[in-house]
Amino acid sequence: MDPARFTRIDATAWRIEPTGAMRVPAIIYADEELIRGMDEKVCEQAANVATLPGIVVASYAMPDAHWGYGFPIGGVAAFDAEQGGVISAGGVGFDISCGVRTMLTGISVAEIKLKQKALADSLFLQIPAGVGSHGSITLDPAEMEAMLKGGARWAIERGWGEVRDLERIEEHGTMAGSRPECVSDRAKHRQRREMGTLGSGNHYLEIQAVDTIHDAEVAKVFGLVKDQVVVTIHCGSRGLGHQIGSEFLLEMAVAAKEAGIALPDRELACAPIKSEVGQRYLGAMRAAINCALANREILGHLTRRIFLHFFPNARLDLLFDVSHNTCKVETHSVEGKPRELFVHRKGATRAFGPGHPTLPEALRSVGQPVLIGGSMGTDSYVLVGARTGEEKAFASACHGAGRALSRHAATKRWSGRKVTDELAARGILVRSPSMRGVAEEAPGAYKDCGAVVAAAEQAGLARRVARLTPLVCIKG
Amino acid sequence: MAGAAPGKSSKQLGWEHFPHAADVGLRGFGPTPERAFEQAALALTAVVTDAEVAPTTRVEVSRDAPDLELLFVEWLNAIIYEMAVRGMLFGKFSVRIVGLHLDGELWGEAVDPARHAPACEPKGATYTALRVAEGPARLWSAACVVDV
Repeated sequence: MDPARFTRIDATAWRIEPTGAMRVPAIIYADEELIRGMDEKVCEQAANVATLPGIVVASYAMPDAHWGYGFPIGGVAAFDAEQGGVISAGGVGFDISCGVRTMLTGISVAEIKLKQKALADSLFLQIPAGVGSHGSITLDPAEMEAMLKGGARWAIERGWGEVRDLERIEEHGTMAGSRPECVSDRAKHRQRREMGTLGSGNHYLEIQAVDTIHDAEVAKVFGLVKDQVVVTIHCGSRGLGHQIGSEFLLEMAVAAKEAGIALPDRELACAPIKSEVGQRYLGAMRAAINCALANREILGHLTRRIFLHFFPNARLDLLFDVSHNTCKVETHSVEGKPRELFVHRKGATRAFGPGHPTLPEALRSVGQPVLIGGSMGTDSYVLVGARTGEEKAFASACHGAGRALSRHAATKRWSGRKVTDELAARGILVRSPSMRGVAEEAPGAYKDCGAVVAAAEQAGLARRVARLTPLVCIKG
Repeated sequence: MAGAAPGKSSKQLGWEHFPHAADVGLRGFGPTPERAFEQAALALTAVVTDAEVAPTTRVEVSRDAPDLELLFVEWLNAIIYEMAVRGMLFGKFSVRIVGLHLDGELWGEAVDPARHAPACEPKGATYTALRVAEGPARLWSAACVVDV
């Protein structure tokens, strides 16, 4: 995009002044190079979000923003229910509560390398990944209801996880306000055999080395030690979330029309928060958040079990579990006054700064871990929420690097086999059921995650704590 | 990637993928909306696999929507749903539309990870780049982006 089309606030903040139906400005956080490389659609979509009823302060886009569905991916917007605010299924996305968890192993890179191949093979064999894979868990209707209500806590009660994990998961592992009765039978049916599965596309399980420490003090609090290994899992609410997203998108397209909301893009389909459809979506979306939290907890448990086989003393303590496709009710300060807002984050991570009351005691003094996923072969980052993030974008940060090339372009440029061989030569073992899937997710298909997190830091959204480099990547 | 039905002119019947930053767009062409929908369904399968899909099992779907474009999304979502819950891929499609009601038939087989090497799993059809329209030479096209 041409930077000249924006009002430049500072080195990393770019403002689109409200025009036409826009109720508030749109603000994009990025450095000039990222702005120049950003899709024109980001500007259009961020401006479109600014037209929605009840939006507060501004429509935001994070440094990794790219062309999404209605909302840009990397979009953040908060709505006030008391001012006719809306909730948007497109603003949450199809993969509701897609997110990342990172577990600390305490094992050195040198120790892992001795068992790297066997570990990669074992993870690939035992973690269900890819199209058509099913987990070993089948949910009957009563268990489905319990899972949708209990989230990660449900998984732990069934023996798939550890109680100590709960304080390291957003919402302490259970999203309140879940209403399983608002989830269709089709959505439940789609999820019946998908618990504990990774999925496909950009979802992965990685063993990563802590390569660089950027902030020694915070890294110590987080338990991140240079040249030790962590495990990171990226996945979401699987078929249940996808089905809820699809069904409510259609319902909201009708509801928006009935509520007299003029949509500049059908994908912005939304309903007033206080409407019957809005309330039902909230109940179903919160159930899907619990599904994602339970799913990542089960995958974490399976990973622990495999690690214990190779390293009998490994604990795999959970550093944190964050979601990046959600709408959450949060209290934020607007013009000095606390207001209860419905904050949509589509491809954006909540990033509470130091002192936030919901953070576990051990982390409260430094802030929330913000986990930024790369792609196989590229770096990932652990950030920490910054105090300034609250006023910048309702305590939000980026979620990844964003694609530089489409899947189609990636498969034209690379073969999956060649990508796998090249990564193996660099000491990174990739395991996937699909070589085309590997080509589509080739490292070169993604933007430089380093530039994105540096811009997030400069913009005051979150600060860098550590850089992670992959050793093993299990792709769905 | 693009394809045309065997024995038919690619100008009359066919499908293509078009790029989207994070996901993939698909478009079907045909002399009627029904044929365009069927071709788009082939494009959907090609998002997942390059391999042949044997039409050994038949599945019926039925959908309604407030307009033809939303009906197209519902059609693709119905296929995505059947793929997910049955663990199947589909390689042959038949669509009949009366008013804004669609009856569809899908023929396919169980996913064989070794043979189909599925690249990704469609999550849902979106309203992004959604367009069902009759173009020049009475050629219908049906297109949207699919989240994968």
